[in-house]
Amino acid sequence: MRRTLSLLVENEPGALSRIAGLFSARGYNIESLTVAPTEDESLSRMTIVTRGSEEIIEQITKQLNKLIDVVRLLDLTEGRHIERELLLLKVRAQGADREEIKRLVDIFRGRIIDVDEETYTIELTGPGDKLDAFVDALPAAEIYEVVRSGVSGIARGDRALRL
Amino acid sequence: MELTGAQIVVQSLKDEGVDIVFGYPGGAALHIYDALYNQEGVRHILVRHEQGATHAADGYARATGKTGVVLVTSGPGVTNTITGIATAYMDSIPMVILTAQVPTSLIGDDAFQEVDTVGITRPCVKHNFLVRDVKDLALTIKKAFFIASSGRPGPVVVDIPKDVTAETTRYQYPKDVRIRSYAPGRKGHSKQISRAAKLLLSGKRPIIYTGGGIILSGATGVLAAVVEALGYPCTNTLMGLGGLPADHPRFLGMLGMHGTYEANMAMHGCDVMLAVGARFDDRVTGDLKKFSPNAQVIHVDIDPASIGKNVRVEVPIVGDAKVVLEQLLDAITKSKAPRDEESLSRWWAQIDEWRSRDSLGYVNSDEVIKPQFVIQKLHEVTQGEAFVTSDVGQHQMWAAQYYGFGGPRRWINSGGLGTMGFGLPSAIGVQLAYPEATVACVTGEASVMMCIQELSTCKQYDLPIKIVNLNNRYMGMVRQWQEFFYDRRYSHSYMDSLPDFVELATSFGHVGVRVEKPADVEGALREAVAAKENLFFLDFLTDQTENVYPMIAAGAGHNEMELKPSADGSAPAERELA
Ligand SMILES: Cc1ncc(C[n+]2csc(CCOP(=O)(O)OP(=O)(O)O)c2C)c(N)n1
Repeated sequence: MRRTLSLLVENEPGALSRIAGLFSARGYNIESLTVAPTEDESLSRMTIVTRGSEEIIEQITKQLNKLIDVVRLLDLTEGRHIERELLLLKVRAQGADREEIKRLVDIFRGRIIDVDEETYTIELTGPGDKLDAFVDALPAAEIYEVVRSGVSGIARGDRALRL
Repeated sequence: MELTGAQIVVQSLKDEGVDIVFGYPGGAALHIYDALYNQEGVRHILVRHEQGATHAADGYARATGKTGVVLVTSGPGVTNTITGIATAYMDSIPMVILTAQVPTSLIGDDAFQEVDTVGITRPCVKHNFLVRDVKDLALTIKKAFFIASSGRPGPVVVDIPKDVTAETTRYQYPKDVRIRSYAPGRKGHSKQISRAAKLLLSGKRPIIYTGGGIILSGATGVLAAVVEALGYPCTNTLMGLGGLPADHPRFLGMLGMHGTYEANMAMHGCDVMLAVGARFDDRVTGDLKKFSPNAQVIHVDIDPASIGKNVRVEVPIVGDAKVVLEQLLDAITKSKAPRDEESLSRWWAQIDEWRSRDSLGYVNSDEVIKPQFVIQKLHEVTQGEAFVTSDVGQHQMWAAQYYGFGGPRRWINSGGLGTMGFGLPSAIGVQLAYPEATVACVTGEASVMMCIQELSTCKQYDLPIKIVNLNNRYMGMVRQWQEFFYDRRYSHSYMDSLPDFVELATSFGHVGVRVEKPADVEGALREAVAAKENLFFLDFLTDQTENVYPMIAAGAGHNEMELKPSADGSAPAERELA
């Protein structure tokens, strides 16, 4: 089962290592983890994507809730929600490829954000599977570099994670 | 009032009501030690190794229910405390460990005696803090005590850089604290309580299984009331001994790997289980697939993460063991639900039959001292009222099985981490908390060597601890496993070149007595217990071949116990050691 957990945590130096340490010590897996400060400077917002059986997921949420630094936790997967990820990708773009790649970027509603004679640097946001599909559509040998941000998530409608 | 950070540390302890601190000085802690000089209110006990300080504070906490306090210097002072912190963490013991740190300007520079204390302790504390500003110091200490002692208790580390202890600020100790992310509840959900009461009363083969949570929450009185109101059998974990008095007619003894036959068989056969303040540890459950196959489980615990971690739970109740048991007692007493008295009396008949196997029976000897006999005599001589600390191994199991604890906080042992070396220093903490009480440390010759230096602390503070060394010249528990599971290849479990414990004790200024004959056991114990001034090191030379029974081997179920060879009628097997 893939789960997306959203957390508000104390913006303290040790908080991230406590959370990462919990996952490694108990053998839970982290698919991705994103973290950044929020409008309230005492808090950070974190999105963790993890996998496990129902029992494991229950343990993960309970253990996270037990950490003093974790202020709120919401399992986004329990309701309707939106996930987005940012992809930055550098690809060789020469000759006929240049037009072809540009068309592909348009189809995926991405943007070319930097150009030189040999390469395009592309920005694309979306759910993870859309980013996968885009990367798969490019000729693998031509890709120089792929940078993915990991998932950020938010609940739909009036469900919200806040104090 | 302007105080230095060091003075704030000491004053905060006083304002927190701390009367005793176990510690060891060093460079980064010197300002704090200076503030401890010539003051009254906080008594500092100088140990001989920082591990000893943590176990002593831990023993103090277990015996009194108060938070144990440790003070150490940076670097090696901290690393030496790790075993003791992890020991307290595994058994949910409230403790605050104040660690000195190199000055903030040097943190991260690999400075002399620097370790990343917050990092190195993180996996074995409930929480930890690094104080970077003297203005935060008092509040942080207050938070540490609050976190350590509330909810599921545990150790909390406060790391204090040396410059912070030199700076000054206005001091005021906060009356209370709120932590927005931490608000442990105590009451059980009322709907869950009535579901639990209903399920409990429907039991045909019920059992009550309780652990250390009963001791920690002070729930022994209400537990006895629940047991009596229901008339159900009750078993305790190793950590929960004393939860129900050992001589209570409803008590089945300890359960688990070395539990009694009746406790384990009843756990296996039950249809309704009330588990309170226990965590279904692997030493308790054996193979989870074979564990209590027909049981519907009600699990009460203050830590939601303990519930449903290892076994499926029908009725989870998050709350303080004492409060929830009071709620349950109320619901049971008010309930008019009919009970299946016939099934219940059949269940008790079955239990009595299991009891009649006398799984703790052993064949005593006139020639060689049986360790079980020593523990039984210790019970007799101390009228079952001693505080008994222990180390880890066979002697620990025998103490648990044969002492028969009448009440809570008397049995002090490292259950979760299984830390050899715990027994002697924890006895120091207990004896300091209760100077008049008899404190016995039941240990083995291997375990006691792990913190033997604390004999010196005992001398300095005149602690009349009774060390009961069950000396079998083996790491007995290791040898037992090698006998059973490694075809008697006794690899490195023989204790060669042991010291002469009598001379060793004498050289530390104590009384040492070697006891070699069963006939001398009682006399030696009586003399030791009567001596209110002296520490006695009783070195009992015990049967080297004795094993701990009953036993559930790894991978076996509760109904697949191995009983003592003599318990099924045949003579004890003659065994030879390497
Ligand atoms: C610090 C530590 N190291 C190793 C062990 C593993 N261990 C468990 S019991 C035991 C032997 C204990 O021997 P002794 O203290 O003589 O007690 P006995 O079993 O003979 O009663 C050992 C080595 C442990 N529990 N703790």
